[in-house]
Amino acid sequence: MSMLSVEHLNVWFGKGHNRVDAVTDASFDVAPGESFGLVGESGSGKSTILRAITGLVPTWSGRITVDGQDVAKKRHRSFYKTVQMVFQDPYASLHPRHSVDAVLGETLHLHGFRDIDARVVRLLDDVGLGQKFRFRFPHQLSGGQRQRVAIARALAAEPRILLLDEPTSALDVSVQAEILNLLTDLRAEHGLTYVMVSHDLAVVGHVCARLAVMKDSRIVEIMDVDSLRAKRANHPYSQELLRNSVGA
Amino acid sequence: MTLLDVENLWVQFPTRQGVFDAVRGVSFTLGKERLGIVGESGSGKSMTGRAILRLIRPPGIVRADRIALEGVDLLGMTEKEMRAVRGQRISMVMQDPKFSLNPVMTIGDQLIEAYRLANKSDRKGAKQAALDALASVSIRDGERVMRAYPHEMSGGMGQRIMIAMMLIPGPQILIADEPTSALDVSVQRQVLAIMDDLVTSRGMGLIFISHDLNLVADFCDRVLIMYAGRVVEVCRADRLHEATHPYTRGLLNSLPRLDEPRERLSVLKRDPAWSEAPGVSGRI
Ligand SMILES: Nc1ncnc2c1ncn2[C@@H]1O[C@H](COP(=O)(O)OP(=O)(O)OP(=O)(O)O)[C@@H](O)[C@H]1O
Ligand SMILES: Nc1ncnc2c1ncn2[C@@H]1O[C@H](COP(=O)(O)OP(=O)(O)OP(=O)(O)O)[C@@H](O)[C@H]1O
Ligand SMILES: [Mg+2]
Ligand SMILES: [Mg+2]
Repeated sequence: MSMLSVEHLNVWFGKGHNRVDAVTDASFDVAPGESFGLVGESGSGKSTILRAITGLVPTWSGRITVDGQDVAKKRHRSFYKTVQMVFQDPYASLHPRHSVDAVLGETLHLHGFRDIDARVVRLLDDVGLGQKFRFRFPHQLSGGQRQRVAIARALAAEPRILLLDEPTSALDVSVQAEILNLLTDLRAEHGLTYVMVSHDLAVVGHVCARLAVMKDSRIVEIMDVDSLRAKRANHPYSQELLRNSVGA
Repeated sequence: MTLLDVENLWVQFPTRQGVFDAVRGVSFTLGKERLGIVGESGSGKSMTGRAILRLIRPPGIVRADRIALEGVDLLGMTEKEMRAVRGQRISMVMQDPKFSLNPVMTIGDQLIEAYRLANKSDRKGAKQAALDALASVSIRDGERVMRAYPHEMSGGMGQRIMIAMMLIPGPQILIADEPTSALDVSVQRQVLAIMDDLVTSRGMGLIFISHDLNLVADFCDRVLIMYAGRVVEVCRADRLHEATHPYTRGLLNSLPRLDEPRERLSVLKRDPAWSEAPGVSGRI
């Protein structure tokens, strides 16, 4: 049984000569506790796939199931107890006038938790920020610090599936290592399932067992991490991607 | 040839717990070269870039013995004179691309406006220049992108549009803050090739702020390594992998590698001595 399955997904935006086919006929399965990567060209539809799963784009066709259940066009509140997303853009995703404490407190409240104070403290520790950041506002945080707040907010709901859109590309390599270790720990402790978008193949290789390569709105290849490490790909675009990755 | 000379730069923020020193006495020069700035999150990289352009918002304070652009001190300039420097002589690609674009104006209008501010041109000529600028950062469907708004762009497209926009005036200095962090490797190479060309053929000075140590080692000439608001090590970029400071070593060792799978990645063990030691100067 798969935890998340996407079948023949199409996503489009706009009409007429402004129409963009952002995702074309994408299919993949992710088993419970598995981590699946999405890599590929900029603008190829990776973020859009995650946004379609979380219900942030209205215009899609195909089938998406979570834990065996078809997702409804309109997502239920309970859906977000299962699926949470960390967005690519840590600047746009935090409300400028809400302090870190307010962001996390409200999220916890929304998900029906009672021991909010203790949980805020633990979430901040979990993402390596600690107490001194608790009452800061987004403009008082560096890019990486904001991303950690965004990850803490997604973890607040204790979801089973975490959709991660470039979760560490705004982070320095040491914090990246901390976050990747944290993701490893959370997966071990809670059996979390991840779908992770990253342009960094070494990061994807570290976290994911399998990955899809995208180009021009399509998945051109699904490969496992051993093929990635051996730089063994079938599609010409994947081959180019592997060849170009420096130092990885 | 020194384009920019920064001596003893401080950026401070008054907070409830007292004054926070985000940048503590940073000194460096920039010639017609690619100068990398690396360091962990919160180490003061962006604040250093913004302070040069005097873009630190109050109550933040910028102090320096000197921030000189070709011998002229920027700290003594009026706000009006600074506006002429910003965008025309020194451009900065901000870390938050979508934030720096106008959300209610099409990308085409923004590019055309930027072009006409810098060049005498009719709208038609400016439109062609804008399309060329988009093509130069590998945006293939330029016509569509010109009609679109920033929120309709993917992360990497937003970054490329910002780069195209900043390059239009032909600045002497480009400060690029994490300019390629959302780009796939092929597009990243193309964008780097453009910047490289501007440095080598037009003599531009580039300050390249990045977390990506491999990329900086590959692409830059010199690197400043920042920790807690200070430059703790300066080295030739191609020697970055031989850096000796334990902090720099720690950063290098925390990278995941495709050829060496590991269960857990090593993380920094910070030593208080790192932030107490006097800073290193990047002036030459
Ligand atoms: N709200 C929108 N309206 C119109 N077009 C959109 C919208 N959101 C995305 N697109 C288009 O869909 C395509 C895919 O975008 P998406 O953000 O999924 O790319 P991506 O693979 O995540 O790229 P990147 O690696 O650069 O983040 C792009 O051409 C983009 O311009
Ligand atoms: N308005 C502010 N008030 C208080 N502290 C601030 C303010 N703005 C920034 N800071 C602090 O200044 C320090 C330096 O920030 P800066 O943005 O330069 O970091 P950075 O090195 O660019 O990090 P990143 O790699 O995460 O972008 C950070 O610790 C940040 O929290
Ligand atoms: Mg994206
Ligand atoms: Mg920064």
